[in-house]
Amino acid sequence: MSSDSEKPVVEAKPEEKPTPAKPTAKPEEKPVELPAFEKGISDKLVEKFGDKVEVDFVKDDRVGIKTSKENVHDVAQFIRDDLHYDHAESVTGVDYPADNEIEVVYHLGSYTESSLARQVLTLSTRAPRESNPIPGQDSTKLPSLRDIFYSVEFGEREVFEMLGVYFDGHPDNRRLLLPEDWADLPPLRKDFAIKGR
Amino acid sequence: MLKDLVTPENANVFVGKLGDILEKAIDKPLGYAINWGRIWSLWPVHIETACCSVEFGAASSPRYDVERFGIIEAFGSLRQCDLVVVQGTITRKMAPRLRLVYDQMPEPKYVIAMGACAITGGLYFDSYNVLPGIDGVIPVDVYVPGCPPRPETLIQGCILLQEKIKRMKARKFV
Amino acid sequence: MTDIMPPGLALKKVDERIMTLNVGPQHPGSGHMRIVVQIDGDYIVACDPDPGYVHRGEEKMAEYRNYITNVPHLERPVIHDSCNVLYPYVLGAEEILGIEVPERAKYVRVICSELNRCIYTMYWLAIYGIFLGHSTMFMWPAGDRELLIDLMEKVSGARVTHAHFIPGGVRNDLPANFEDVCLRQVNYFEKRIKEYAAVFYDNPILISRTQDTGVLSRENAIRYGTTGSVLRASGVDYDLRVKAPYDVYDELDVHTNVMKEGDSYARSKVPWLDMMESCNIIRQALQKMPKSGSVRTKLKPNPKTKGPATVYKRVESGRGSLGCYIVSDGKTEPYRVKMSVPSFRNLLAMPNLLIGEKLGNMPSVYWSLNYWPVEADR
Repeated sequence: MSSDSEKPVVEAKPEEKPTPAKPTAKPEEKPVELPAFEKGISDKLVEKFGDKVEVDFVKDDRVGIKTSKENVHDVAQFIRDDLHYDHAESVTGVDYPADNEIEVVYHLGSYTESSLARQVLTLSTRAPRESNPIPGQDSTKLPSLRDIFYSVEFGEREVFEMLGVYFDGHPDNRRLLLPEDWADLPPLRKDFAIKGR
Repeated sequence: MLKDLVTPENANVFVGKLGDILEKAIDKPLGYAINWGRIWSLWPVHIETACCSVEFGAASSPRYDVERFGIIEAFGSLRQCDLVVVQGTITRKMAPRLRLVYDQMPEPKYVIAMGACAITGGLYFDSYNVLPGIDGVIPVDVYVPGCPPRPETLIQGCILLQEKIKRMKARKFV
Repeated sequence: MTDIMPPGLALKKVDERIMTLNVGPQHPGSGHMRIVVQIDGDYIVACDPDPGYVHRGEEKMAEYRNYITNVPHLERPVIHDSCNVLYPYVLGAEEILGIEVPERAKYVRVICSELNRCIYTMYWLAIYGIFLGHSTMFMWPAGDRELLIDLMEKVSGARVTHAHFIPGGVRNDLPANFEDVCLRQVNYFEKRIKEYAAVFYDNPILISRTQDTGVLSRENAIRYGTTGSVLRASGVDYDLRVKAPYDVYDELDVHTNVMKEGDSYARSKVPWLDMMESCNIIRQALQKMPKSGSVRTKLKPNPKTKGPATVYKRVESGRGSLGCYIVSDGKTEPYRVKMSVPSFRNLLAMPNLLIGEKLGNMPSVYWSLNYWPVEADR
């Protein structure tokens, strides 16, 4: 009885949803008019790399690019040489245990090109994640961008100790902020839980 | 007679006893004088551990001027200091250094725990890298609560420490 | 893989002439960090900064708190610049929660942010004075900053940790008669800081100690990704308040101070010029501010987000561009909060500037980088 009475409710919900979805669908058509300048940047990248890059988002002053770890070095080279982004603002690691991956996000900006002063380009790539990490010796590795953007040096060191992502080609993969005797999991991984929480 | 009593073998013991007798005899006046000297020349060691150092700096500023109370602003050489003001959070990386600083200071030495983080861990009670208070690292004389404490509170803490020193037995450290 | 440096300086075989010095964490010229320098005679040949003595794991803590209860602990990295350090987080949280901010709140934010910039810079200047052995330059800024701390105390009730910016506006309205008091204090403050030129910036001893030390060229300033006063002292005209205005900065007239020398003297002078610019901005904002109105969009205690989103917001703080990257997965707590702090970015310039300098110039170069170790460690 109860299962019968529940079913119509479940069915009723998808019926109701399209009605509020239709008004929201109209604003969704608008993003076709993406900000022109930002669209130009992402178009250049897609034109050059095709399927190798995936445009994550294009909004005011922000362009998001996703790429695989094999291509990240080439993409970064292109961003510096042809798009004139000249420094990295931050290197962020985000742990996604559900996807079994760790994402590393570079926020790139430009001082030299005045038209790019407002812009931040978000270049993100993903490394495989291991359930029992041995930082530096497991498969969680990415190519370092330090030879392209010198300013990522300390950022990559921080990501290495906080998430255990080893950067191939980084000259100085040492511990930066954590105590010398830290032997636990890298603390910003999601499976490292704060005591009592 | 004294020559007969003192031989090279027992000279050390005798001198030690003599010291005890002297101190017991003039404990009150001598101890008072020693303590009086100590309370007006507290030199904090220059170790900044976290953000409370901003308010410690403000306490030395012209408006609060902690030097009025005989506490000189932070000084470089820890060999000449007798006060540790733990200015905030002690992380796991800083704790061994704090102990090292404390151990290198000559007796007598006093500790003021400044700020909620130094007392219990404060706002960072659930952080993975912060100690829940410094009691486990070094012995504390005065706790100054606040996050951060106002300079007036810090000055009050210093005055409390001076009161405490006044009532301490000077002999213990002579 | 083969060209990886061995961990720690101890493993490197060094010449007998070369001496390794540990500067800090208990050292009057280090602050809350350790700098391992190797010196050959009087010259620094290698430098390895070792931050992390105040690493409190704030980014991890932020994953356990909702968007409003994150406010108090995220301002602690720079308690004397607490409005600016919260600013990008608050802007990001507003976008994720989908809230509009009242017009008056935006002006209140600009005023508080500029007051805090001055409070921060005055403390920095006081420490720079005492680093160089100039005791007057400790006493004057440390005393004069109390003027502005009084103002902020009137606004928020706390001396340094205001927690005044929250998602949705500011915590409470300006007190009655604040505009007049603020204008009077700021005018007096500007008059006072102009006197610093005579005692500090035109002082021949200061000039001889700081000029041509730690020269950072324009190319290197860009390459190291430095920001704020360090960048502007090297001749790069970049200030987020002008280049990428947030809140109501686009309605205000902001002038960027740029110096071309790139030495310690220029880096110590640009923040001082910025303070005068801040006084101008406060006066403009007081004039243009709506005289009444709401300052806060009320939120529920545990606000719901609009769904998965990522936000990166930047503001110009007392030390430079401060970014906050928030990843939300639709829950009430953020999935990841990353503070891209200017001190951490300027830290990379330090070893490069110190190599080749005399050891005696270390304090003047180190503190001219506008570096606050607690912020770099988070």
